[in-house]
Amino acid sequence: MTWLASMRIALRALRVNKLRSTLTMLGIIIGVAAVITMIAVGAGAQARVEEQIKSLGSNLILLLPGSVTSGGARMGSGSRNTLTEDDAYAIQRDVANVQAAPQLRGTGQVVAGNTNWSTVFYGITPEYFEVRNWVIAAGKGFEPADLTGSAKVALLGETVVRNLFGDVDPIGQVIRIRKVPFVVIGTLERKGQSLMGQDQDDVVLMPISTARNRVLGGGTARQRVVGSIFLKVREGADMAEAEAQIRTLLRQRHRVQQGQEDDFTLRNLSEVLGAQEASSRIMTLLLAAVASVSLLVGGIGIMNIMLVSVTERTREIGLRMAVGARSRDILAQFLVEAVTLALIGGLLGIVVGVAGSAGIAHLAEWRVELRPDSVVLAVGFAAAVGVFFGFYPARKASRLVPIEALRYE
Amino acid sequence: MSDPLIVTRDLSKEYRMESYTVAALRGVSLEIGSGEFMAVMGPSGSGKSTFMNLLGCLDSPSAGEYFLAGDKVSALSGDALAATRNRRIGFVFQNFNLLARTSAVENVELPLLYSHCPVAERRPRAMARLTDVGLAERAHHHPQQLSGGQQQRVAIARALVNNPVLILADEPTGALDTRTSFELMGLLQQLNRGGMTVVLVTHEHDVAAFASRVVSFRDGHVVGDQVNPEPADARAMLREFDKMAVAA
Repeated sequence: MTWLASMRIALRALRVNKLRSTLTMLGIIIGVAAVITMIAVGAGAQARVEEQIKSLGSNLILLLPGSVTSGGARMGSGSRNTLTEDDAYAIQRDVANVQAAPQLRGTGQVVAGNTNWSTVFYGITPEYFEVRNWVIAAGKGFEPADLTGSAKVALLGETVVRNLFGDVDPIGQVIRIRKVPFVVIGTLERKGQSLMGQDQDDVVLMPISTARNRVLGGGTARQRVVGSIFLKVREGADMAEAEAQIRTLLRQRHRVQQGQEDDFTLRNLSEVLGAQEASSRIMTLLLAAVASVSLLVGGIGIMNIMLVSVTERTREIGLRMAVGARSRDILAQFLVEAVTLALIGGLLGIVVGVAGSAGIAHLAEWRVELRPDSVVLAVGFAAAVGVFFGFYPARKASRLVPIEALRYE
Repeated sequence: MSDPLIVTRDLSKEYRMESYTVAALRGVSLEIGSGEFMAVMGPSGSGKSTFMNLLGCLDSPSAGEYFLAGDKVSALSGDALAATRNRRIGFVFQNFNLLARTSAVENVELPLLYSHCPVAERRPRAMARLTDVGLAERAHHHPQQLSGGQQQRVAIARALVNNPVLILADEPTGALDTRTSFELMGLLQQLNRGGMTVVLVTHEHDVAAFASRVVSFRDGHVVGDQVNPEPADARAMLREFDKMAVAA
């Protein structure tokens, strides 16, 4: 007997008991839908972390000023302005495989024509773009001359452009930051939210010399102090070694005595994000594992129903054997029936799972990512469940003695 | 006379219960010739049904030998027994044993599913057998939509579809009224006249009277083996029955 014929017999048998077949399938439908949805949710979270890592820049170390001790009370990191632009240049020059980008931060009101917007501005060097993965969407970046001449030029993030200019092309326009006029020479590509939920596109970039000399002024000008330095270690280079070299160099430059604490903080951001990525991956696995349990329960439901079905149809089995069905024909018939049940449930489960993922994305506004491999996995799993849980009842049916089956009451 | 179709030698069957064994058949040796119409009679518990099940390869003997058309069936494996049932034996049961919610013609096709019959030939062969039993126009009715007599005719068509050498009928008229019984026995007699070997199990003398040989069982032994020189003609009795019905 061909598989096609077995399939037709199976479909007929399933149609006879529509309600029961549907309820049995429900277990598989829920299981498959749960697996697909949970993997989609987990994958969405993972993709989000991955995207944030990309927006931050890879292999990134953040260098922050250290703490100051005042009368025995330690004031926390950043309480003293210990980092200077020259530290950044020294690291860039002396530590191999490291790019250093100093950043001077300020906030202020930005005015363009008759609109204004409060935002953050950063004084930076050209290395900053590569280190922090900023891409220039339109216009151009800073020239070395802009830095030496403290040129009043700025690049705007997407949010700033939207709020100040709307649909108007901002390039070549004049804006004023803390009353200082700047020419907009470029715009930045969108980055989205940071890990902390901040809008990374709400930003204005200007040469670091301009920020210090023309906008911030004051003490920062004399000491060439910077708020933080971003350090990018080249791909493939040893981050721990680079970190150690940077630490040694800075301790020398800052004349920190042996046994004394660092007057700066080195924070490996990629490590933090890596841990987050790993945890989100584990969450995906966990969700999938929980969802698989429901698939397992669905499988047990199939086994249960198949056992009932074998008992109910004992006479039919006896008759089929009497007219020439071999044990393996009966085995195939019930196995195909169980697999058909599981596969139809699996296909419906895909539909429900895809709809459920879309629903979650829409209602909870979570990011979900449907993965084709999770769909293949879920259906394969459903078929495997059908074979696994269908085998025992099918074997039971195939081992009946014809005459006993035929006389079964 | 040519070689007998069926030969049994000391055929025995014991059923093992938990603490004792029941001997249902105690060494039956019989020969049944090709083209015979044999009735097997006996009270319940006589072993006639057990004998029938062994002839039909539905059960295997505890001891003894069984040859069907020269082949030693009692030595065959499960799959070979299934093939024997499929190709050489046609069954007719008391309670018809048709698949519910399955049309008559599909019921007749059932044995063909388990033989190597090409898909395209199944339907024509099943239809031909249904036509033989006079039910061609009911081919797409389900068993629930057919009368008892019609259902048993579908069962006979199913028994015939693989051109067997032997028809085994187990109380075929047990669930039918008198008139329908005559009809059915007429059909079996007609098949027998065409050369088919028919073995019929019954406990009714009226039914056994249609056979040309009557074998009686008691306590697992054959206690009687008589040739019936003038079997009753079921068709003639049907005509008689209808005449009386009209008169009444």
